[in-house]
Parts: sequence; structure tokens; C-alpha cells
Amino acid sequence: MTAAKPDNGNKQRTIFICQGTGCISGKSLEITEALKKAVAEHGLPGVKVDFTGCHGFCEQGPVAIVEPEGIFYACVSVADVPEIVESHLRDGKPVERLFYKDPVSDEAIPYHKDIKFYNMQQRIILRNCGRLNPERIEDYIATGGYESLKKCLKEMTPEQVIEEVKRSGLRGRGGAGFPTGMKWEFCRNAPGDQKYMICNADEGDPGAFMDRSTMEGDPHTVLEGMTIAAYAMGSSEGYIYIRAEYPLAVKRVRLALKQSEEKGFLGDNIMGSDFSLHIHVKEGAGAFVCGEETALMASIEGKRGMPRSRPPFPATSGLWGKPSNINNVKSLATVPVIIAKGADWYASTGTEKSKGTCVFALTGKIANSGLIEVPMGIPLRKIIYEIGGGIPGSKKFKAVQTGGPSGGCLPESYLDQPVDYESLAAAGSMMGSGGMVVMDEETCMVDIARYFLSFTQAESCGKCVPCRIGTKQMLDILERICRGEGQPEDIDLLQQLGENIKAGSLCQLGQTAPNPVLTTLRYFRDEYEAHINEKRCPALSCVKLISFYILPDKCQGCGICLRNCPAECIAGDKRMVHVIDQEKCVRCGTCLEVCPERFGAVVKVSAEKVDVPDEPIPVTAEKPAASAT
Amino acid sequence: MIPLAKDNLTKADVQDKLKGIFSHYKGNQEELIPILQETQENFRYLPAAAMREIADFLHMPESTIFGVSTFYAQFKLTPLGKKIIRVCRGTACHVRGAAKVLAEMEKQLGIKAGQTTDDMEYTLETVACIGACALAPTMTIDGETYGKMTTKKVAEVLGDSSKA
Ligand SMILES: Cc1cc2nc3c(=O)[nH]c(=O)nc-3n(C[C@H](O)[C@H](O)[C@H](O)COP(=O)(O)O)c2cc1C
Ligand code: SF4
Ligand code: SF4
Ligand code: SF4
Ligand code: FES
Ligand code: FES
Repeated sequence: MTAAKPDNGNKQRTIFICQGTGCISGKSLEITEALKKAVAEHGLPGVKVDFTGCHGFCEQGPVAIVEPEGIFYACVSVADVPEIVESHLRDGKPVERLFYKDPVSDEAIPYHKDIKFYNMQQRIILRNCGRLNPERIEDYIATGGYESLKKCLKEMTPEQVIEEVKRSGLRGRGGAGFPTGMKWEFCRNAPGDQKYMICNADEGDPGAFMDRSTMEGDPHTVLEGMTIAAYAMGSSEGYIYIRAEYPLAVKRVRLALKQSEEKGFLGDNIMGSDFSLHIHVKEGAGAFVCGEETALMASIEGKRGMPRSRPPFPATSGLWGKPSNINNVKSLATVPVIIAKGADWYASTGTEKSKGTCVFALTGKIANSGLIEVPMGIPLRKIIYEIGGGIPGSKKFKAVQTGGPSGGCLPESYLDQPVDYESLAAAGSMMGSGGMVVMDEETCMVDIARYFLSFTQAESCGKCVPCRIGTKQMLDILERICRGEGQPEDIDLLQQLGENIKAGSLCQLGQTAPNPVLTTLRYFRDEYEAHINEKRCPALSCVKLISFYILPDKCQGCGICLRNCPAECIAGDKRMVHVIDQEKCVRCGTCLEVCPERFGAVVKVSAEKVDVPDEPIPVTAEKPAASAT
Repeated sequence: MIPLAKDNLTKADVQDKLKGIFSHYKGNQEELIPILQETQENFRYLPAAAMREIADFLHMPESTIFGVSTFYAQFKLTPLGKKIIRVCRGTACHVRGAAKVLAEMEKQLGIKAGQTTDDMEYTLETVACIGACALAPTMTIDGETYGKMTTKKVAEVLGDSSKA
């Protein structure tokens, strides 16, 4: 570690504060201001305060990195600023208590490069996220940015660009995994003067945020990739379709567009060539189905965003009936790297059919929640237990969900499967855009299926009967099962409905909507059966199927639960065993949360009766030792 | 039936603001969604009178304007409260207890998701994901994000926002 010799801040250091959405919610803007002020007050000439986009480790936010040492600070607050400035930036002594702690070994880790969450990743798409100031084009240029565009314009024909991307094996990161180079070629070869290049930044999967972070953290990569794609296809007009829920991404992309135009990397005669491209930003208006290509184009045209049947494919007749190509943010962000380092380099990572890396938003019941980029083919276990640090609270892993509302839930037996398009599809799930939600023993799989169906049902555009009405039927059945009113024949009914909806829907929203139900039926049928046959929720999660009891041999009569119960349904008095009125209890779980851990008197059960008194009785339990917590 | 606001706004009431908005559009159909977005930003909802004017401006039937405004979740046909609270119900948030946060918020405000308090202070909505999933469960008040929510934090966050 750095010696504690004061260097009076003369040493060149930059502290980068994360200003991604996650860290901003943790007040990183205020931290930046406080740092600037403190650095000025201490008159530290060598110290710069700067900011970056999301590092992907938002859970530990606000995060900061001090360069050149590469010291990583987690969970920084405004109150920590004086110590960081005086101890580290002035005296050269890093603040140990702000180091990240490994959730498994509990060891404090000073350097960014030693953190498992990061050092097991391979960052291509996210290479610059958290490493440069996304609001300065100069920072991007300094990393070699826009060199790939230059190379394409000056040294490569559009056909060569397409060939290079085809050879790299890059497949669309928006979900379906269609080879990107082939898509470009279709569009290039389609007859027509006006062609449109569209970036799909709608990121509809609820639980995924890598497109958002990429746009916030490295918007120029996306623009450069998009410009290269437009050059390859011969398109002079481009659109970026961004979710309206992402205001910061919209802001940074607009700023990046302006800077790029000023530098002559966008607009007319880019870099002195005869290639021109104008990019427009369109903000979505809150419709998941608009992530689908034809719906997205309808939405850009100002219409209701409803998918249409194909053919004609967008490559021949897309936006305003012109040849169009849509790519996901991550697909485009990969392109500059492929051009810079070559197709062979890119194709050397990944599996036979799935090349390169994939980005996942690792969330849910996982210790290290955040954005990760890993080589295709990595086993799920490695992602969850090594990078993700496992399940917090020594709970048991139950399932991992990929592919968002179109995907499925995979059980423990799939943990050693490689992650790529083919393996996930074979397991009944899909790669999707990269949401990866980890679930533990407390997550009810029937409830998860119900949750996804409620989402797709609400988002169905209504054009096809199987999707519009079928999902509603499935949802009704699932809700019934969660309430404990399921019938034995419901399982077959769900299966049939699911298969019919898949077969009879026009777009992939309907075609994939049953997946969460079908996979949970396949891998977690016992949970459905417990709900239906025993009126029992094994995860103790479905509110209608659980009850709370106060154990008479543990309760100390402290009254904490009584005071906190929102339904006022706990009876008791000082030194009396408290009793819950089961009729009135709303099963909010507050009593279980607030009952002091050392008493542990409240239990949650399902389809089980616990022997408790009807009325408060005097406490008989011995007081646990005060030292225990 | 889609309930319309009983606002009695007339053409005269909306014209001035709309003029400013229309001034930077050409009047093409593709501009409908951005125009609706800007109109909603100005009025905090889409008054029927404004939609009639938009139909005129874009030379489109009023029914099309209604069709588009009712298709997208973002557009509201009734006035919203001064502050808009959105509780995330995305997958990551769901798994980490978003339902409890929402229930507590509903209780504290005395309204259900999708409603506005009688004093027009708050509108409570749910959102499919705000992209801060690593901090689940999350919510926003007027665009400001709050992460790692608990039922206990709900009152705190509401208190914060009423001071703002
Ligand atoms: C209902 C639905 C929602 C979708 N949402 C998205 C999305 O949010 N982002 C995205 O990139 N692709 C989404 N897609 C996939 C796109 O339609 C399209 O395949 C993709 O943008 C193509 O880009 P790629 O080839 O680079 O993957 C969605 C598809 C469907 C059917
Ligand atoms: S499958 Fe569903 S979302 Fe897709 S077009 Fe049909 S109704 Fe609309
Ligand atoms: S679960 Fe909630 S309502 Fe029921 S007794 Fe406990 S605190 Fe009261
Ligand atoms: S159940 Fe727990 S919180 Fe309630 S009175 Fe007994 S010891 Fe106290
Ligand atoms: S927003 Fe700061 S690490 Fe993601
Ligand atoms: S799921 Fe709630 S922020 Fe993404």
C-alpha cells in the first residue's frame, strides 16, 4: 500500500466520482461538489476532481476511483469527503474504511483491479464505462475513439466493413442474436436511395440497465458504432429511440451528438469523406412492445406502436417504407472495437456459435449486484458465485432468470451450463438483452410467473387474440393459484394455453410471453402442486397462504411488535406473551421484522398450524443473555 | 371508456402555450409524439382542448390523436399531482420486495397506484424499471431516484420531498 508520507497534494491525482444514475441517487453530485470545494480549500495543485458514468457496481455506490493508484472507494458519503481529501489526496494515505469488502472473505480490498467482481470480467462493450468522463468527447478520443470510424471511411469500403463484422461473428445483443453483419448486408443490398439506421435504446426488460449505463457512461461508443453501421449500409439518416424513463441517458446522448457534430464526426461529409449522416433522438413514451422492430418504427412515425407482420422485413421496407436496420445499443458499442482490433481478435473470445462477450445486469438476491461483462460460454455458476459473490444472508439459491419477460427461470441443475444463445434457448430461456435476476429460497416461482405474466399482459398491444386474451387467462389462473384457489387441472390448462399463445401470436412479445410460466412448470412443478393441492407456498411468500405466529416459549412481552403492527391485531401487555389475531392480520411481516433477533419469537409458516394461546398469558421464556444480538 | 378531465378548458385557454410548442415543429405526423410529450410537460396532462388543436395543426383526425395518446403509458388525460411518485415494479425490484414499498406508499398517501391525492399534491404511479436495478427496490419522486427502499424509508422520502 502507498506509504503514509504526506506529499502535500503535489502528486498528480485524479479522483473520479461516479455520476451514473445509481450513484447520483446516492448523492454523488453533492459529493463531487464537496470534493471540489475541499480540494480548493486545501490548495492541492496536483489534484483533479472529475466524474465518470456507471462503473456497473451501483450497489456499492456512490463509488469513486483515485488514479493513478487505482484505489476504489465504495459507499462514499459527503461526510467522508474531508477524510478522503486530507488523508488520501493530500497525504497520500488511502482511507481504509471506505475500501470495498469482499462479501465472501470479508477482506477489505483497496485496488479496483483486485476486486473479484471486476477482475473476472472481460470488458469490451463496457470498456470505457466508469473510466472516462462521458460528457467530454476529448476523453473518448484519447482512448482511440473515432479512430475506427476514420479507418472505415479512409481505408475500407462498406463491403469490407460488413465482411469484417460478419467474420467477427457478432450477433445482435438485443435479444434474438441475429448475425449483425448479415443484417447490414440485407439492408445494403435492398434497393432504395434512402435508408435508415436505427439504434434500439428502448431497453424494455424490467430489471436490465446495461443500455442505459452504456449511453450514460460512454455515449460516443454508441454513436461511433452507429455511424460505422450507417456507412456500411449506405444510410444517411439515423434515429436513436430511447426510453423516456432514462432522462440522463437522453441528456448525455444529445450532448454527445452535438460534440460529435462539432468535430465533424457526424453531419455532412464526415471526416472530409462524401459520407454524411444525421442522427435524431426519439424519446419513447412508455410502451414495452415498442422495443419490437416494426412497432418501434411505427412509433417513430408517430403512430401507435403496434407490430406488423413480416415480410416485408425492415431491411427492405422499414421506416416510412424504406430499407431500415435496427441494432441494439450493445451491438453497436461493440463495432468500434471489432474494427480497431479486427474480427479475428473478437472471434477468439466466446464459444463456437456465440462470439465475444455479453453484458448482464446481475440483480435480485445476489451479493454483488451490478453490471458485468463476461465472455460468452462462461458457466452460470461462475457468474453467480464468483463474480456475484453468491446469495446474501446464507440463503439457498433457487433459480436464475434470464431473458426478461420473454425468458425463463433456470434451476440449480443448470448452473454448470455455459451461457450463450444456444444453451439458454435449449433450456427454455433465452439470452434476451441481458437481465439476470437471481432468486433464492424465499422467492416463490409461481409468484414470479404471475409477475411476468402481469407485465406482458399489460404490455400486449392487443392486436392478436391469443396474446391479448390468452395472457389474461393465464394471469387469472396464476393469480388464483397464488391465492390458494387453484384447481388440479390448472397446470395442464396453463401448459396448453402457453403453447397456443406461442403458436398463435404475431410478434415475439406474444410468442415468448408464456416462457416464464412454461419454464417454471418444467423446473418447479412441485411449487405449483404445493400451492394447488396443499394450499402451501413453499417460499413463504404468497400472502394469502402464509400466517404469522408468536411463539409462547420465546416471546418476552416487550411490545415492539404490538406498537408496529399496522393492522393493530396483536394483543399483549408488559411481560405477557403476545398473540396475533389471525382474522385481522394482513400478513405484512412487520412483526417478524421488528421482533428483536435475540428473542426470535415470531415465525412465518404456510399451511401449518402453530400451537399458540388464544389470549396473552404471562411470559415464561427465559431472558436471553444481553450480550447476544 | 377513457375518463377525460372535466377541466372546461377552451381553445382560448390552451392556444398561447400551444403556439409556443408548435413554433418549433413543421406539422408532420411523425411529430405527434414529441408534441404530445411537450404538451403534457406544459399542462401536466393532455387537455381535450389541446388535443383538438394538435389535430388541427397536424391535419389529423382527433380520433388518431386520442388513439396515440391512449396507447402510450406516458400520456395522461387527467391532471397529475404536483409531485409524481413512481414506484418501480421491475423484476429486480419485485424480487427484493417492491410490493411492500408500494403498499406502504399507498397507505401513507391514502391512494392507490394510478391515483392522485385530493389536494393534487401527489400522483402515485408504478413504473416497469428505471434502470437502477442494482439498488432495488427503487422509486422516483419527480425524476429523483431513491434506492434500497424499505417500508421504513417511505415516510422519510416523503418528508424529504415535501420540504423540497
Ligand atoms: C416485445 C419486444 C421488446 C423488445 N425490446 C427490445 C429492447 O428493449 N431493446 C433491444 O435492443 N431490442 C429489443 N427487442 C428486440 C428488437 O426487436 C430487435 O431484435 C433488436 O433491437 C435488434 O438489434 P440487434 O440485432 O442488435 O440485437 C425487443 C423485441 C420484442 C419482441
Ligand atoms: S403478439 Fe401481442 S404484442 Fe405482439 S402484435 Fe400480437 S397482440 Fe401485439
Ligand atoms: S403480519 Fe403484520 S398485520 Fe399481521 S400481526 Fe404481524 S405486523 Fe400485524
Ligand atoms: S413477539 Fe417479539 S416483539 Fe412481540 S412482544 Fe414478543 S418478543 Fe416482543
Ligand atoms: S451508477 Fe455508479 S456504479 Fe453504477
Ligand atoms: S427493476 Fe426496479 S429499477 Fe430496474
